[in-house]
Amino acid sequence: MSPTGAEVISRIKAQIEETDPGDVNAALSAGDRSAPILIDVRETEEFEAGHLPGALHVPRSYLESRIEGTVPDRSARIVLYCASGIRSALAAHTLSELLGYEDVASMTGGITLWKDRGYEVDVPRAMTREQRDRYSRHLLLPEVGSVGQQKLLDAKVLLLGAGGLGSPAALYLAAAGVGTLGIVDNDVVDLSNLQRQVIHTTSRVGLPKVDSAEETIHALNSDVNVVKYDTRIDATNIMEIIPGYDVIVDGLDNFPTRYLLNDASVRLQIPVVSASILGFDGQISVFSPYVGPCYRCLYSEPPPADLAPSCGANGVLGVLPGTMGLLQATEVIKLILGEGEPLIGRLLLYEALSTTFTELKIRRDPECPICSRPPDAITDAEMGVFPDYEAFCAAAG
Amino acid sequence: MAITVKIPTQLRAAAGGVAQTQASGETVGAVLESLFEQFGDLRDRITEDGDLRRFVNVYLDGEDIRFISGLETSVVDGAEMTILPAVAGG
Repeated sequence: MSPTGAEVISRIKAQIEETDPGDVNAALSAGDRSAPILIDVRETEEFEAGHLPGALHVPRSYLESRIEGTVPDRSARIVLYCASGIRSALAAHTLSELLGYEDVASMTGGITLWKDRGYEVDVPRAMTREQRDRYSRHLLLPEVGSVGQQKLLDAKVLLLGAGGLGSPAALYLAAAGVGTLGIVDNDVVDLSNLQRQVIHTTSRVGLPKVDSAEETIHALNSDVNVVKYDTRIDATNIMEIIPGYDVIVDGLDNFPTRYLLNDASVRLQIPVVSASILGFDGQISVFSPYVGPCYRCLYSEPPPADLAPSCGANGVLGVLPGTMGLLQATEVIKLILGEGEPLIGRLLLYEALSTTFTELKIRRDPECPICSRPPDAITDAEMGVFPDYEAFCAAAG
Repeated sequence: MAITVKIPTQLRAAAGGVAQTQASGETVGAVLESLFEQFGDLRDRITEDGDLRRFVNVYLDGEDIRFISGLETSVVDGAEMTILPAVAGG
């Protein structure tokens, strides 16, 4: 006679290791390297209603297909839990018997007993059904998931320029659900922009770029709050505009503002994802103040005008800022999520004609006029006071 | 020592339009001299009074020569040198 479901569960429980919530709580509170990897095997709705602090989410229905992405190391200590300890027991059996995980336990009594004991529970803000659908391909990635998507929704990113680099970066950051996108640009859309500035359209020629960009972004994703700055960023307004942003995307088209941005962002310790383009070639790096070098460590001085041609004067392949702007968007998302290896201390060169990528090392310059000094060493009298870069660069030319 | 030298967009007009060329020398300074023999117009674009201009960076196999031995940095056969001025286009 076939066994009953209760008998099967009972048999499986006898074959696996079970651990008490008190022991799990003690291991987590110790916060040391021996803390287990906690996996919640319940359904998404249950996880989002509240879960153990730091728990990863792999629903039991997707256990076999997703566990390796979440926990690649089969020797890692894993504690599984569910609502009452049954689904996690079955999942523990699967991991140890079928998938070769060596050190797996199921938490007795699940999150119900955990709560009864008065231990801490994280209650994430719930995403709407539409958001879960919209970001479903992110939610499937262990590196993003609902926690990462919430970070993106909470993030504030400032785009300097809604031009060649800013257009593709803004489109993809908006699609990814970055909650606040600030856009600084005082230009109007020109027909000659449309060969590469894909956020604008033919019907919007003559309109302010910030308005055009906002319209496209909202049509794509109404989750995004667009903050428009229809102005040219300069020494008088930079300290009013950039504080409060988590990451800045530098798609500026001139040297004076790039140096100004560097100095202000170092002072405020805001990372800048910086790219520049000319002809068929692009370069990109991430300047994370005091973590890696700053723009002045890389280029202590701008070149004179005859060696600093602009895209307007020299031309640029329309696709090139697309490639570079999307590399910028990727770096922004990595910084927000805290995943991967950002391009800090590395300059990536892309040559479209030969299709080559070259990586150069950038080091912090111990004599850098800006980032060799701590931000709090700068006096109040200096704050907000910038050298006149326009004159500086004109003199250099 | 045969070295591949990569020429940035801004300097190609002074280098016959090429994106890269071969040069030779035992040090970075000597490789640059060999480059200037081929393309005389590059000398003033890259150097001033025998030193690198401050807005030009030179990388040898991905490393900034300022953090090695500058123009005295020795060069091995087959190395790749990248000349890189700042670009502001966006």
